[in-house]
Amino acid sequence: MRIIKSEEISNAVKNLIIHSSINLPEDTHNGLKAAFEREISEQGKTVLSKILLNAEIAKNESKPLCQDTGLAVFFVEIGKEVSVEGKNLTEAINEGTRLGYSEGYLRKSTCDPISRKNVGDNTPAIIHYEFNDGEKIKIMYAAKGGGSENMSALKMMRPSDGKEGIIDFAVETMRSAGPNPCPPNIVGIGIGGNFERSAILAKKSLFRKLNEPNVDTELAEMEKIIFEKINNIGTGPMGFGGICTVLGVHITKEPCHIASMPVALNVECHSHRHSEIIL
Amino acid sequence: MSPIKITTPLDDEIILKLKTGDEVLISGTIYTARDAAHSRLVKLIEENKPLPFELKGQIIYYVGPTPEKPGEVIGSAGPTTSYRMDKYAPLLLEHGLKGMIGKGKRSAEVKESIKKHKAVYFGAIGGAGALISKTITSSKVIAYEDLLSEAVRKLTVVDFPAIVVNDVYGGDLYEEGREKYKNKYSK
Repeated sequence: MRIIKSEEISNAVKNLIIHSSINLPEDTHNGLKAAFEREISEQGKTVLSKILLNAEIAKNESKPLCQDTGLAVFFVEIGKEVSVEGKNLTEAINEGTRLGYSEGYLRKSTCDPISRKNVGDNTPAIIHYEFNDGEKIKIMYAAKGGGSENMSALKMMRPSDGKEGIIDFAVETMRSAGPNPCPPNIVGIGIGGNFERSAILAKKSLFRKLNEPNVDTELAEMEKIIFEKINNIGTGPMGFGGICTVLGVHITKEPCHIASMPVALNVECHSHRHSEIIL
Repeated sequence: MSPIKITTPLDDEIILKLKTGDEVLISGTIYTARDAAHSRLVKLIEENKPLPFELKGQIIYYVGPTPEKPGEVIGSAGPTTSYRMDKYAPLLLEHGLKGMIGKGKRSAEVKESIKKHKAVYFGAIGGAGALISKTITSSKVIAYEDLLSEAVRKLTVVDFPAIVVNDVYGGDLYEEGREKYKNKYSK
């Protein structure tokens, strides 16, 4: 059994968070550059060029890309031959979150849902665990902003709604979101599982590299249709009008109940900050 | 068209010149407030108590910046989504507020209030917090320090970039922009 010290995990999480807050990932950067080339609206082009300039400033001045440095969301894959010494894994990740948001001068955005009192250290992180073979721990992190998360939706659809129903739901959700979630967006869609599982699948879909093809050809075709339909809405960069409303549509599916067809759509902003580390 | 330079406080003469889609560069003093601060400001107005700053002719910027590092004026400081302030905005406009900077759609009630009280809603680029922070030359918390990033700040800005979304004539850039580029992706 391989042993990893919890401090090592906290430290890795801290560094992931700080790095992600100021460095736009390569896939996001390429997606935005391609959108800039494709956009026909002058206003939209200006917005995209400023978003790219913002990324340069953030990197050069070590300043957060966006003031909403997000809730800390993690997908963690744990090998069966590895054990954590010291704090348990959840505590270790929360400690890394605390350190990252404090030492990185990032905004603390967690609060009590009723009193609205700020927790003060951006915990608790939202952590999803999966288990596999091997002796490694893979930690995937995303800084998830509130503006785009607020435009997300979940619908328990009827099986008879079919693929067309799913496509319509995705397009209508993005039409109603309009300029609010900082377009151009990335759309994560989870189909199947049950109520909560579809939402987790939608979130996980956002971790796929932008425009990395879906291995499922049927889902890839649906992604293409939804991508075109959303870009035909006309919302454009920051909603000022244009043909680049989404940078990518990512779908994941899992088996569901014979009576159900849960569909969740998670909206991600253009400041698509995600990174991972394998320990 | 080159951007229109405007300086706060705003008066009706400036407001009447601004049209949906105009790019502007804002200079002068502006104030920050998000959900929690708005709720407190509205409560003060309802109780006939003085506000922490004079509303007349002013602009409120919907922002909760990241903490500034030593030596920095302010952290990253881009706009937050405005609809969350829709519940509070009409009363502030009624009491003299002239401008709001944020991102995203406003309610029909806010748009009506903008027309009625001669005000303007500006859109800034969400997610461009590092870029926007360069136009902020001073920042001071003047109220509600307990709200942390949501405290009310008095900012001095020089050429803060924004675009007129809702003007006094009922224009709405989000609706007009969408209409113009509808079904253009496939063409």
